[in-house]
Amino acid sequence: MSDDVFELADVAYRYQDKPALDGVSLRIRKGDRVALLGANGSGKSTLLRLLDALYFPAGGELKAFGVPVTEAALADDAINFAFRRRVGLVFQNPDVQLFNPTVFDELAFGPLQLGWPKERILAEIDGMLDRFALRPLKDRAPHRLSGGEKKRVALASVLIMAPEVVLLDEPTASLDPESQAEVIRFLLESKGSGRTIVTATHDLDIVEDIADSVVVLADGRVAAVGAPGEILDDAELLKRTRLAHAHWHHHADGAVHAHLHSHRHHHDHHDGPGPRLISGKG
Amino acid sequence: MSEQYFVAGRHGPRRGFVERLAGDLVAVFDHALDAEASSGRRGLLQGLDPRCKLVAILALILCAVLTRSLTVLAALFLLAVALGLASGISPARLARQVWLGVLLFTGLIALPAIVLVPGAPLWQLPWLHWSVTLPGLRSAAFLVGRAETAATFALLLVLTTPWMHVLKAMRALGVPVVMVAILGMTHRYLFVFLQTALQMFEARQSRIVAPLAGAQRRRMVTAAVGVLLARTFQLSADVHLAMVARGYRGEVHLLDDFRARRRDWAALSFALALPAAILWSQR
Repeated sequence: MSDDVFELADVAYRYQDKPALDGVSLRIRKGDRVALLGANGSGKSTLLRLLDALYFPAGGELKAFGVPVTEAALADDAINFAFRRRVGLVFQNPDVQLFNPTVFDELAFGPLQLGWPKERILAEIDGMLDRFALRPLKDRAPHRLSGGEKKRVALASVLIMAPEVVLLDEPTASLDPESQAEVIRFLLESKGSGRTIVTATHDLDIVEDIADSVVVLADGRVAAVGAPGEILDDAELLKRTRLAHAHWHHHADGAVHAHLHSHRHHHDHHDGPGPRLISGKG
Repeated sequence: MSEQYFVAGRHGPRRGFVERLAGDLVAVFDHALDAEASSGRRGLLQGLDPRCKLVAILALILCAVLTRSLTVLAALFLLAVALGLASGISPARLARQVWLGVLLFTGLIALPAIVLVPGAPLWQLPWLHWSVTLPGLRSAAFLVGRAETAATFALLLVLTTPWMHVLKAMRALGVPVVMVAILGMTHRYLFVFLQTALQMFEARQSRIVAPLAGAQRRRMVTAAVGVLLARTFQLSADVHLAMVARGYRGEVHLLDDFRARRRDWAALSFALALPAAILWSQR
């Protein structure tokens, strides 16, 4: 039996006339931890929605678990049920994802759709409340929570369904450092669990922690595929795909530096081929 | 321009149009939260099975609409107030949330009837010399009374039943899944719409440094309506996708299983027998 979770062959998608993805070919296997890297508008979120069968390819072929993902196939209740049980998506904007009156109802929503027995649902909710420190928020309205709390609820509301594949859209965006650390902790815990994790992000700081392979998207196309170290070392690629930028900073001795900032390297000198001295002593 | 101008505004503490609008939007959210809270409290109606409650309230609303007696209408109205009190909903709250608004709208519609419906004149309006007639007054009283009573019963249902339970009760009573799904979506999208509107007006408010003239306000609102509609469509589509992503197919599933007990059947029997007796006596 094939280990392929997703297989994309020349997949295209467009919003009305505007192409969002074009010629995307990828293969994601069971247990892979993949980071989709790309600047804003590069097609990361669209690709995640295709992988979650919320959008369907306008061209090419997308297979999930060896079966073609089409609108007609997902219209079938049995196929839809099987797919939703296996794949979960955490949206970038938690306000979109949290539509129930209380945090408790939010956690119960997915399992109820899957038709789990009441006892199992209650036990799973209990576990999630502890795992994500949500017990004090259990009866609160989700839209009244802080950004970090909302993200935790959104993550828990998907993970409670125990999906084999978790798709995360910018999981650390707009989060305070502690909430970011919590999300990353979950992604680290998933390593070696057999769960497939696909994370769309442009936060280069977290890539090496959360992924074993990286797909770089630019203007709806795959610009590069490789190991995190390989991708993050390619300054030219990062600059071309708008993932790295010039960074100015001050040194203790008053010097001001400009250099390509990819969030990966630290330098300990003022001269040399990389950094350019703007003012002060080198 | 003095610093005080920015602090208090040129006209003192009076709130401008944008501030009032933002305040009203916040008030709608507060009402909704309050409704969820009151549906979770202990009370007579809160303790009833949602299916029985839904049927009972519909029967009482139907009775209020069909009755041809003002006395019966008044009795039904008092029954609604009594049910509210027994469920922890004060007349002051009913007045604030239903009675005043309904009175304003139906009152405007009913007002011409008091002079237009032919009949024996009771008195003449000064200056206009139009005659107020008894049948006209009766007709207006029926319209306002029916609207007030029906709206009060409907509000009691919403304030004493979590919205998802109302939807599930509708499904249990055979309302088609499409209709229930549309109601559920409408409820959710209404909040998306209000939230987006609130954020837009807050953003606008933060950039206003002087009171706007009437024409400017109208232009702003017209432009905002278009933008709001486009944004709401986008957000609503995303909310729907988020529901679909977690297995939603239009059916309402809840953890709470409805179980009708003896008192539910008693309440339902009373609510069905009362309108039946009233309408039968008025044949």
